[in-house]
Amino acid sequence: MATKETLLEINNLEVGFRFSDAYHNAVDDVSITLKENEILAIVGESGSGKSTLATAIIGLHDPNNTQIKGEILYKGLDLTNLNTKLYNRIRGNDIGMIFQDPLGSLNPVMPIGKQIEESLIYHTDLNEKQRRQRVLELLNQVGIPNPERIIKQYPHELSGGMRQRIVIAIALANKPPIIIADEPTTALDVTIQAQILDLMKDIQEETNSGIILITHDLGVVAETADRVAVMYAGQIVEEAPVDVLFTDPKHPYTRSLLNSIPHELEEGEDDELHVIQGTVPSLQNLPRTGDRFKDRIPWIPDEAFDENPQLEEIAPNHKVRGNSWKHFYFEGEED
Amino acid sequence: MSFLELKDLKVHFPIRGGIFNTIQDWVYAVDGVDMVIEEGKTYGLVGESGSGKTTIGKAIIGLEEVTGGDVEYEGVQVTNKARSRNEQYRNYNKDIQMIFQDSTSSLNPKKRIRDIIAEPMRNYFDYTDKEEKDEVIRLLEIVGLNEDAIYRYPHEFSGGQRQRLGVARAVASNPKLIIADEPTSALDLSVQAQVLNFMKQIQKEYGLSYLFISHDLSVVKHMADDIAIMHRGRFVERGSKDKIFNNPQHIYTRRLLSAIPQIDPLNREEHKIERQKVEQEYQEQEIHYYDENGRVYDLESFDENHWVALNPNDSSSKTLVADQEKGGN
Repeated sequence: MATKETLLEINNLEVGFRFSDAYHNAVDDVSITLKENEILAIVGESGSGKSTLATAIIGLHDPNNTQIKGEILYKGLDLTNLNTKLYNRIRGNDIGMIFQDPLGSLNPVMPIGKQIEESLIYHTDLNEKQRRQRVLELLNQVGIPNPERIIKQYPHELSGGMRQRIVIAIALANKPPIIIADEPTTALDVTIQAQILDLMKDIQEETNSGIILITHDLGVVAETADRVAVMYAGQIVEEAPVDVLFTDPKHPYTRSLLNSIPHELEEGEDDELHVIQGTVPSLQNLPRTGDRFKDRIPWIPDEAFDENPQLEEIAPNHKVRGNSWKHFYFEGEED
Repeated sequence: MSFLELKDLKVHFPIRGGIFNTIQDWVYAVDGVDMVIEEGKTYGLVGESGSGKTTIGKAIIGLEEVTGGDVEYEGVQVTNKARSRNEQYRNYNKDIQMIFQDSTSSLNPKKRIRDIIAEPMRNYFDYTDKEEKDEVIRLLEIVGLNEDAIYRYPHEFSGGQRQRLGVARAVASNPKLIIADEPTSALDLSVQAQVLNFMKQIQKEYGLSYLFISHDLSVVKHMADDIAIMHRGRFVERGSKDKIFNNPQHIYTRRLLSAIPQIDPLNREEHKIERQKVEQEYQEQEIHYYDENGRVYDLESFDENHWVALNPNDSSSKTLVADQEKGGN
């Protein structure tokens, strides 16, 4: 396989939110790269910082209450200290975004066709006829029947799956090399979800773009992603190719999470699902030193944890934070 | 032993319009559903959004008016009587409880946990203050919450904890059936595991039944004994978990099952091919599985503990299934 070109390089990114005059990092020391022609999944539970990371890439954080450190490199440009004018040129043109709630991300009083056209008006110098042509082309690409009729309709006239296709069409309008999809199928039924995921994958293969897929659904990850980063409390705790992550997970958090998926019971199997003890600490109470997952696996002796766990490569392309995984076992199991 | 029976249950909503706000048309949210609920079993009700699964739950517990058909509780006709204050239906109200999807809006924000959980007890039992408090504490312990929770308010708890409070409240009146409407779909994976574990544990302890409404087939697979698949307000297939998952007959069931994302990244190409095959089949043969009005046919016994809604006059859908089985599916 030819080496893939790196599209996006994130180095030591920190995103902090201000609470009573102190900044608390929701994303802490995240370094990751996105290559062309791949789907990178970022998985984590609520509060792990996965959406904060996405929002930081696309520069939508409120600058007055957010503190961003580190770099997000795109074509040699550091996105973290870009002015609004330049950012507007990149958003929509180089980075497309797909949000979770299709109804919330579409304008309810603007016809579908106009909404798709909008980003063409901003970023290209196509004339009206060419733009219309492109809009119809896009609607075809995302599998919408009868595009001529659809462009005159309003979002509320369409079903959830159709709306999400429109949102995808908007994100694709300028053929951006990078697409960020934040829980794109969470609000949809499984059959529609399958269609949307297939569509995203087809488009990605067609256009060679890189997709960052943010989700909490491990099934979706297993079906679509090429590479996976697992986030816990603002940090990436494990990063691996998708097959490695599911067949040979290392970090205690990844293993606990995979174990808590409901599954069919084998004969005589204990029907208890694995539960991760305790809760994710809130931003203000997050321990900033030591292993952040330590409190949730109290049966592992203290010596197993590093003082300052780092993301280290333990095999080619497989990175794990800290060394606690070497000593980890599930409670009740022998080491 | 069965204690609750739904016979040809129908819930239709009028669509009003015109100058005099007259009824223009009807939405057939639930259109002829039969179901028998036995003690100690879990029934999964699965369907896409808009299929009418929540409406069934609400109709049983009386939050939605039944248009036609019967709800029989221990042989007594209780249709639309669930909210009645009549002594005659007292047991019914006590024995059927519900857990809602959104834990935040289903707990009164102004009440302390003790009052929230004690409310069903105050309605149905004559406990002294001491007994009531002990009972609340006992219930909290069952769902894994600490004794000092009783003086706190709902907002002080996390989503998973609140959902467990919902479970504790539902159990407080010592019911026979709990209708759980998407109880974990707003929760994270590890928290979901916790709530599901408690629900199973409580079931063992009290021998109660669940009507588990969900769109998440993996959760239903974990929890349910019997599963009913709903589409367009009717059951397309009903049967034991094993029959539904391993020998699905209706094209809609097969489509739904093939769409579940599987945690098996090594074989995902095969899943995709299989999924698209079933989807194409669905598009081509949908017509054989629904009558001319797009209505689902009546359920017919297919196998032991397995009912499917196939076209009674047309054998093409049946033979088709048989052919596929020969072909190794």
